[in-house]
Amino acid sequence: MDSGAEILVKCLEKEDVEVVFGYPGGAALEIFDALQKSKIRNILVRHEQGAAHAANGYARASGKVGVCLATSGPGATNLITGVATAYMDSIPIVLITGQVSTSMIGTDAFQEVDVTGISDPISKHNYLVKDTAELPRIVKEAFYIAKSGRPGPVLIDLPKDVAAARVEAEDCLRVDLRGYKPNIIGHKGQIRQVVQLLREAERPLLCAGGGVISAGAEEELLCLAEQLQIPVVNTLMGLGSISREHPLSLGMLGTYGLAKANLVTQNCDLFIALGMRFDDRVTGNTKKFAPQAKIIHIDIDTAEIGKNIRVDVPLVGDLKIILKQIIESLEGEKREGSWLTRETLAELEKEAAREAAATPANAPAGSAGPEIYPGDVISALNQLITPDTIVTTDVGQHQIWAAQGLKLRKPRTFISSGGLGTMGYGIPAAIGAQVACPGRTVVVITGDGSFQMGMPELGTCLAEDLPLKIILFNNKTLGMVKQLQDHYCERRHTSVYFRKLPDFQYIARAYGALSLSARDKKELPEKLEQLLRHPGLGILEIEISAEYNVYPMVLGGQGLDEMVFSVPGACSKGGD
Amino acid sequence: MRHTLAVLVENRPGVLSHVAGLFARRGYNIESLVVGETEDKTVSRITLVVEGDERVIEQVSKQLNKQIEVIKVNDITNEQTVDRQMLLVKVTADQAARQEILQLMEIFRCRVVDIGRRSLIIEATGDEGKIEAVIQSLRPFGIKELVRTGKVSMVRGSK
Ligand SMILES: Cc1ncc(C[n+]2csc(CCOP(=O)(O)OP(=O)(O)O)c2C)c(N)n1
Repeated sequence: MDSGAEILVKCLEKEDVEVVFGYPGGAALEIFDALQKSKIRNILVRHEQGAAHAANGYARASGKVGVCLATSGPGATNLITGVATAYMDSIPIVLITGQVSTSMIGTDAFQEVDVTGISDPISKHNYLVKDTAELPRIVKEAFYIAKSGRPGPVLIDLPKDVAAARVEAEDCLRVDLRGYKPNIIGHKGQIRQVVQLLREAERPLLCAGGGVISAGAEEELLCLAEQLQIPVVNTLMGLGSISREHPLSLGMLGTYGLAKANLVTQNCDLFIALGMRFDDRVTGNTKKFAPQAKIIHIDIDTAEIGKNIRVDVPLVGDLKIILKQIIESLEGEKREGSWLTRETLAELEKEAAREAAATPANAPAGSAGPEIYPGDVISALNQLITPDTIVTTDVGQHQIWAAQGLKLRKPRTFISSGGLGTMGYGIPAAIGAQVACPGRTVVVITGDGSFQMGMPELGTCLAEDLPLKIILFNNKTLGMVKQLQDHYCERRHTSVYFRKLPDFQYIARAYGALSLSARDKKELPEKLEQLLRHPGLGILEIEISAEYNVYPMVLGGQGLDEMVFSVPGACSKGGD
Repeated sequence: MRHTLAVLVENRPGVLSHVAGLFARRGYNIESLVVGETEDKTVSRITLVVEGDERVIEQVSKQLNKQIEVIKVNDITNEQTVDRQMLLVKVTADQAARQEILQLMEIFRCRVVDIGRRSLIIEATGDEGKIEAVIQSLRPFGIKELVRTGKVSMVRGSK
């Protein structure tokens, strides 16, 4: 007879789990003990939040379910930000927590917390296992729920006595959940309506969100876009679903989107939303969003339809299948040339360039000074990344510069906390991605604030020989918040300047990393190359001025075409 | 508008708290909620009365449906239904008033389920209108304590 913990580990093996990111403790002793006897790789992180983010990064890079493991009480609560992060971005992870013995539950026992209660609003589902014999069913269901339909985090809370009990447990061969049957195939009548609208539209626009990536529908997206010559914008979560080098690809829209993408959105007459949820970061003021457009919303989650925005044709199901259905229904019908003709595009491009020139993230034309602008870093990095390079980011201005400017070419190569905007995500997510894809280059783009939140996980990189390439934008500021204070608090800056910062070069060295810094534009390409060429962990610290803000920016209550490019009353090169 | 939702859920611990939590965090208002087993022991039925316009109710139903343990959500607001609530009320009843109260309760077909020295406990079942009428008629005598359940509903006919 096997113990509950052994049954759990066997079930994980059956789900093809190859790695678990975890942190031990008293209530999880049995589980770790069982894990140690298994082939599953067990990576010890430095903080449980890192375990959840690593599982998230693993899932996003590989397309498989990521798994993490923590003890009860503080171990479980430390996971919570990671649960919410995965939930907001619909990332399939399974989190396993130890729990005090069933007889102690409810007594405020040492390290007892109601983690199923705490995680309930931020997880797709959760289980408190009360009977060891139920473990095979629960684990099978948990993985199925995490990855099917709209993916998301599922938590399994396993009390110590349930993990220790020995029973004869039967395998669970199939999942039977009468309350959970995700829609897969698109409704025929609605497909017909979509095709009709596609035929009638003069200025259609596709918007690809994270759902395109989780459905693996990038080929179908490309096929539809090319066949009808429809330009494509992306949400932050959708970046990589179409190559940024494709002529129809316009990049990220939204309140920190590219001017071109936003202007096209506001001018289209048909907006086809694919696997996205009309987050306020995407739409700006929903009442002013795409005012001339009919909206088709295709998503696997019925509850997203009509939640934030009126929709003309809803279509619920698996994106890959639905896009195939649409393409089939078009019966080979083609359009020659996009409505965004070379001229209009060139005009938009010109406008965007003019605006970009006015934004402080780029060096002014003709400037030959040594100062490094954020735009310089992104351009230099674009010269070095390959289609297979994976980039993770933290949260802040550096994240948006990366999202706006990186020439991403493949899905699952841009890994960033979109919905929750969790600082401290970049490094652990990159750990997960690197574990999933050992042969590929994984770059982390971070800021001095976020880096200090993710820093503990450098210890994991050190111990596990994970060769992350960390690019640290050091503006000595919580830049994004400073920017908000520029705009919303009349440039009164509070709690955004780090009075003193540690020497990041020493920190890099302390963790055995190649330690680089760049202060002069001329040395930037070489330093970046050195970083990417280095076989091990490396950190390149780039000093940039805190004056550079992220633009365009759409302020609260404004539409996507009402972008601002500077702080009111400031000179065009930034703040005071 | 008030909507009545009949929600079939797995009969398992924690399900009710999932459903109630959903209402709280999405800012929906529950007017009443009744839960109990059904003819199938593995299934419970939650009868919910919710206030909201079409859009809100649509969101409520979709969010409910999204819960893994929710098997089916039916909006039975516009169906022909039999509705029942139950009321227990302790009313002040000295010797003088007692007869009058008993007569009244006869008319409403309520039952007296406890007789104290100075009070009676009365049990009533019926639709909302009747329950309200019973309460109104007893109010002048002095209501000491009152409890009532939410509504349970069943669609008429063979549906
Ligand atoms: C955990 C967490 N706390 C607070 C915030 C709010 N916040 C958003 S961006 C930001 C500043 C980030 O600073 P840094 O990492 O240095 O990046 P920069 O904006 O300077 O590029 C803060 C504090 C957040 N997103 N996440």
